[in-house]
Amino acid sequence: MYVAVKGGERAIANAERLVGEERRGDPGVPELSLAQIDEQLTVAVDRVMTEGSLYDRALAALAVKQARGDLMEAIFLLRAYRTTLPRFGSATPIDTGQMLLKRRISATFKDVPGGQVLGPTFDYTHRLLDFRLAAAGTPPAAEVAPISTAAAAPRVADLLGREGLMEASSVREDGAAPDLTQEPLAFPADRALRLQNLARGDEGFLLALGYSTQRGYGNTHPFVGEIRMGFVAVEYVAPELGFAVEIAEIVITECDMVNQFKGSASAPPQFTRGYGLVFGMCERKAMAMALVDRALRAKELGEDTGMPAQDQEFVLSHSDNVEASGFTQHLKLPHYVDFQAELHMIREMRADWERARHQTLTEAAE
Amino acid sequence: MSPSARLPAQSFNFAYLDEQTKKMIRRAILKAVAIPGHQVPFASREMPLPYGWGTGGIQVTAAILGKDDVLKVIDQGADDTTNAVNIRRLFAKTAGVRTTTRTAEATVIQTRHRIPELPLKDGQILVFQVPIPEPLRWLEPKEAETLKLHALEDYGLMHVHLYEDIATHGRIARSYDYPILVHDRYLSSPSPIPKFDNPKLDRSPALLLFGAGREKRIYAIPPYTRVKSLDFDDHPFSVQRWDRACALCGARDSFLDEVVTDDRGNRMFVCSDSDYCESRRGTTAPEAADD
Repeated sequence: MYVAVKGGERAIANAERLVGEERRGDPGVPELSLAQIDEQLTVAVDRVMTEGSLYDRALAALAVKQARGDLMEAIFLLRAYRTTLPRFGSATPIDTGQMLLKRRISATFKDVPGGQVLGPTFDYTHRLLDFRLAAAGTPPAAEVAPISTAAAAPRVADLLGREGLMEASSVREDGAAPDLTQEPLAFPADRALRLQNLARGDEGFLLALGYSTQRGYGNTHPFVGEIRMGFVAVEYVAPELGFAVEIAEIVITECDMVNQFKGSASAPPQFTRGYGLVFGMCERKAMAMALVDRALRAKELGEDTGMPAQDQEFVLSHSDNVEASGFTQHLKLPHYVDFQAELHMIREMRADWERARHQTLTEAAE
Repeated sequence: MSPSARLPAQSFNFAYLDEQTKKMIRRAILKAVAIPGHQVPFASREMPLPYGWGTGGIQVTAAILGKDDVLKVIDQGADDTTNAVNIRRLFAKTAGVRTTTRTAEATVIQTRHRIPELPLKDGQILVFQVPIPEPLRWLEPKEAETLKLHALEDYGLMHVHLYEDIATHGRIARSYDYPILVHDRYLSSPSPIPKFDNPKLDRSPALLLFGAGREKRIYAIPPYTRVKSLDFDDHPFSVQRWDRACALCGARDSFLDEVVTDDRGNRMFVCSDSDYCESRRGTTAPEAADD
């Protein structure tokens, strides 16, 4: 006798408990604390905050723990939490020129005012598994350059700008920041909206797209004008106060990509910008974002278009990993009604095909 | 302060969404009802269930649900499929509304891939979960283009596509998500219901709401609206028919699921609508037993 597969609440609840057990692993091993995740899996927390669109280290660490280290799942958890939060206003634009620098490099000049500061980068580490890390221990202290203040380290793009060799950064006419979490994305999307989409976008997707531009699918001739990472103040003008107050200090990474532009009828030959900005130290993402931002500007700059990274509908509609992961994985939900409809149709079409074939064979034999 | 000390306590608004969001969704629904079949963009939220699990339908349901509503949730026609159970559980937890498996008793029915067999009545609302709201998407992926085609009522692409099916396969090779024309104006997707269910859309006494969360669109078919499944005079629209009855209740008029019973090719066919099947057998399941 047929027994319907009952996907009852008990099965779901038990599966949820199983996840909990698996998450904890061997109870003989000490449990991870949120502080450990925050302090020792820093870049994982950074990525979850960036793509989760919420700067909160504690919540992001909790999401990483709850998701068992599956960062896309953690991003989803943070987004689902963020979506219910009330909005009380917008901060004033952060000034990355005033950043307290922990890292600052330029690939376009040998030296720049304020100097090149490597900071905590993997860049020149030898990727040799460090077996000493397998055992606990305190790493040797590093000698660090004194943190440069803004005045001493102006932004490289601004240095080029003074000579008129760099396009001025575009400012939205209405001065307001668009928000695709409050208004649905509509095409064509302006640059501010595109940048918000890219900032939330999946690092892997942007990396691959950015990489594709470097391999000839929409070349943008990029140079890293500057990457800077450090602390910036977040200020908010409370209506009842009427002046800006600092409400937070956050760590961000900014990438200014400098791209060749041969000029057009209306604009002289100059360098153009691709821009990337992320929370924390997601430098790879910031760079990929800057490449894709510039590629998406091809149309406005009168360049050839048609490559995937230049197609804003293609890029913006597929960059979000919460959306992509959901829709890809929904294929495992039951689809048996539609499949039954397809079975039905395929059987009918096969019957037609057999009849036609039989007829052809009979005719051939006659 | 340790990180965990800063974590907020968990609490939710009625039916999960905050009132501002619900208001925004209701406005989209009102617009959708005013322009039958037209896709209205809305600022879809991330939900605690993944995109693809029915976030559009869930948001529509959350926005329209009142304390006195009786909610039924089905997936593949059945109340007991995991996803249906899970969505019902979400609303039982966050809205505390009464839930039911009985089509006749429900005021709001959220569905994925089916329309109940029991004809719907005046006052009932059927909420569809929609993966791809744009019926022209597979013919023209760019939204900037499909928007224009809808504005110009230019549906030649779809007619040519269906004609090509007939030329190549001798039939319109679409068994589900069969394109419809709503109120003689907008080409729409009925969501991936089998075409068997398409006739139920035409002049339905119930309000039909469609929510696509990931694609951020809501559309509607108001009660008693004309809905036509596209066809040609010499290839009229037809629905699936089975040459057998439901093995459990004997129904000959319902959509049947094929259940593989062993590895020797044996099959049985049973109603996909579990409530319809059970009520015909007089063995109505205990009230939302799994809740």
